[in-house]
Amino acid sequence: MSYDRALTVFSPDGNLFQVEYAVEAVRKGTCAVGVRGKNIVVLGVEKKSTLKLQDPRTVRKIALLDDHVCMAFAGLNADARVLVNKARIECQSHRLTVEDPVSIEYITRYIAGIQQKYTQSGGVRPFGISTLIIGFDSDKIPKLYQTDPSGIYSAWKANAIGRSSKTVREFLEKNYKEEMSDDDSIKLAVRSLLEIVQTGAKNIEISTMGPDSVLRNLTAEEVESIAAIIEAENTAEAASKTPGGSK
Amino acid sequence: METAARRSVFSILDAPARLSIHGANADSDGDAMLNAADLGLSSSAPLEFAHPTFAIPPIANPVEFLKHQTSIDAKNRIKIQHGTTTLAFKFNHGVIVAVDSRATGGSYIASQTVKKVIEINPYLLGTMAGGAADCSYWERELARRCRIHELNNKERISVAAASKLLSNMVYAYKGMGLSMGTMVTGWDKTGPQLYYVDSDGQRLKSDLFSVGSGSTYAYGVLDAGYKKDLTVEEAIDLARRAIFHATFRDAYSGGFVSVYHVKENGWEFINRLDVNDLYYQYAAEPKPKLL
Repeated sequence: MSYDRALTVFSPDGNLFQVEYAVEAVRKGTCAVGVRGKNIVVLGVEKKSTLKLQDPRTVRKIALLDDHVCMAFAGLNADARVLVNKARIECQSHRLTVEDPVSIEYITRYIAGIQQKYTQSGGVRPFGISTLIIGFDSDKIPKLYQTDPSGIYSAWKANAIGRSSKTVREFLEKNYKEEMSDDDSIKLAVRSLLEIVQTGAKNIEISTMGPDSVLRNLTAEEVESIAAIIEAENTAEAASKTPGGSK
Repeated sequence: METAARRSVFSILDAPARLSIHGANADSDGDAMLNAADLGLSSSAPLEFAHPTFAIPPIANPVEFLKHQTSIDAKNRIKIQHGTTTLAFKFNHGVIVAVDSRATGGSYIASQTVKKVIEINPYLLGTMAGGAADCSYWERELARRCRIHELNNKERISVAAASKLLSNMVYAYKGMGLSMGTMVTGWDKTGPQLYYVDSDGQRLKSDLFSVGSGSTYAYGVLDAGYKKDLTVEEAIDLARRAIFHATFRDAYSGGFVSVYHVKENGWEFINRLDVNDLYYQYAAEPKPKLL
């Protein structure tokens, strides 16, 4: 008997297959990476190579949930739209009832709660997206959270979701340093995406947020220049590694 | 999703008029049912934890009905009384709260020993004016909601949020006869805060309030002596005097003056003095210069 049809049925070995299949859908989506520095959080996304006639400005994978919270996702873009809209409403509702902006943990918990609700109901399927949520609370400490289709959420120092996320995460684990400066954090995000984005800097989008809670979208030129710096560093390192002198 | 189960519960309980109007604005799911948030629930909590909604008497329009029954020319007019004096003010060392303790039913003094300060939690206080049952019930409910907020968010609730919770809870019953004029006060991470919330749906923030039938007398004394930089002793004395003078002139206030001091790490109960004793104590003092 197949245990993957109805959502609300466990398999004998304790799996919810629909949720696991949703995670597969996430793995098909374009990669998104998040890095937390000392005073900055960085979100980077892989831009799907735009079709010639498509207006690239209308395909944004980094969404603002409120002035001080930002979200990137990987997976089914349409599902993300629904979650983003619900989260935006909740941000305003929270401001109205509590007279305070949401904390990053609160809105993450809310989004994860919705994702979980859709794993325990009849007639619906789970959302096919994982999200990376960044921002600063009033305590001015940078925050990065991740949610997934099962409704689990946790805080991260750096993480990646979407296709080739395993490779990117391994790269991050190897190269992450505590309390990185703004520049180093951005460079790490770009570097990690360059590992997997074949076509280079022009298909990478970077957004950052500092303690002033203002979202900054780096222009294509800025990303190119960072990629160029990385390229230069790489060649310098390669040169220093090869045995010097004439052979 | 949970629509079937929810609908059957709410067919027995007629949700208060305002809640059902709100619920009719379907959320983006297209569910025209009561929003979890309307019931004070986080999105997945079971219905048992919803904040209480009461069955409304099966009258077509409860608001109109009550308006009619309490109007001057109604046959058996329902008179809703608000005999009391309560006050609270912010100053440099926190908040002072002072209340009387008399409860009246018409011209009958029902009690001289009513507790009109409700200790919501160790750092939030609520005062009671108007219907005693309404105040104590809803403020106890507020205490429950505040505790749940603490558990969910791993930090104490702000006074602004607590007062707004109370205000939104009673707003659902606006016009249906709730009688509550309360002050919610505490010290949160933005400092000492004081809010006035009433059953008309009003919610105000200020440095100084007095609520009840004796409030005008209390304001007279308070406004004459209030300064932000009073010492704690002076502030407590001012608050006590203000309530005393209100009990002296207002027939519906009296009994004992209870004083609380809200400090950074919570409130402290100061003392409870009989207004009779205070009369003789103040009479023996030389009258201070007011101007």
